[in-house]
Amino acid sequence: MKVSVQAADFDAGAEMRALSRDPKVGAVASFVGVVREVAMTLEHYPGMTERALQRIVEDARARWQVLDCTVIHRTGALQPTDQIVLVAVASSHRGDAFAACEFIMDFLKTQAPFWKKEGAGWVEARASDDKAAERWK
Amino acid sequence: MKVKVLFFASLREQLGTAAEDLDLPAGVGNVAALRSHLRGRGGAWELALADGKLVRAAVNQDMAPPTTSLKAGDEVAFFPPVTGG
Repeated sequence: MKVSVQAADFDAGAEMRALSRDPKVGAVASFVGVVREVAMTLEHYPGMTERALQRIVEDARARWQVLDCTVIHRTGALQPTDQIVLVAVASSHRGDAFAACEFIMDFLKTQAPFWKKEGAGWVEARASDDKAAERWK
Repeated sequence: MKVKVLFFASLREQLGTAAEDLDLPAGVGNVAALRSHLRGRGGAWELALADGKLVRAAVNQDMAPPTTSLKAGDEVAFFPPVTGG
């Protein structure tokens, strides 16, 4: 299991290949978030952010068969088309891989302390993100 | 009772501070009471921490509801709802 909060970009393909080395892996599902239209700066809470992501990954492991998992979230200044976040989950079968990937992403959006600023304005949290996380309860 | 208080994102900007060490007055024993105590400073504090504002808190780097009690040495953070991903 790998959790990383970093300024540097990531190679999603290489990260996913690294998750399929175990011969028990039959599926790797992934999500990549990308900066849409407007440049932004991402702030986080060092320490708590990593802890929150670890916890979300543990919660996913308790619900689905997760053989391995990688979560990378970038911080700092990002431009349109830049990658922001990668969640990739390896499992024996696609059902668990898809579900765990979506679960981790939904909780990352509502529980992990990151904040986006676009120009001079902070992005407001969206009720639709809370709804997305609530459906897993 | 001393605690460390942190502010992030829009709250940090509105309050003009990222962190402070605070000696809690008697009677300020939980997150809600601390928020109320800080709001009592008036000005930007009153506005940024007003009752209608959505402010989240964490104690020792775990999300904490308003009723979470505080003890000496705690790290308490206030911030707006998160917007990562």
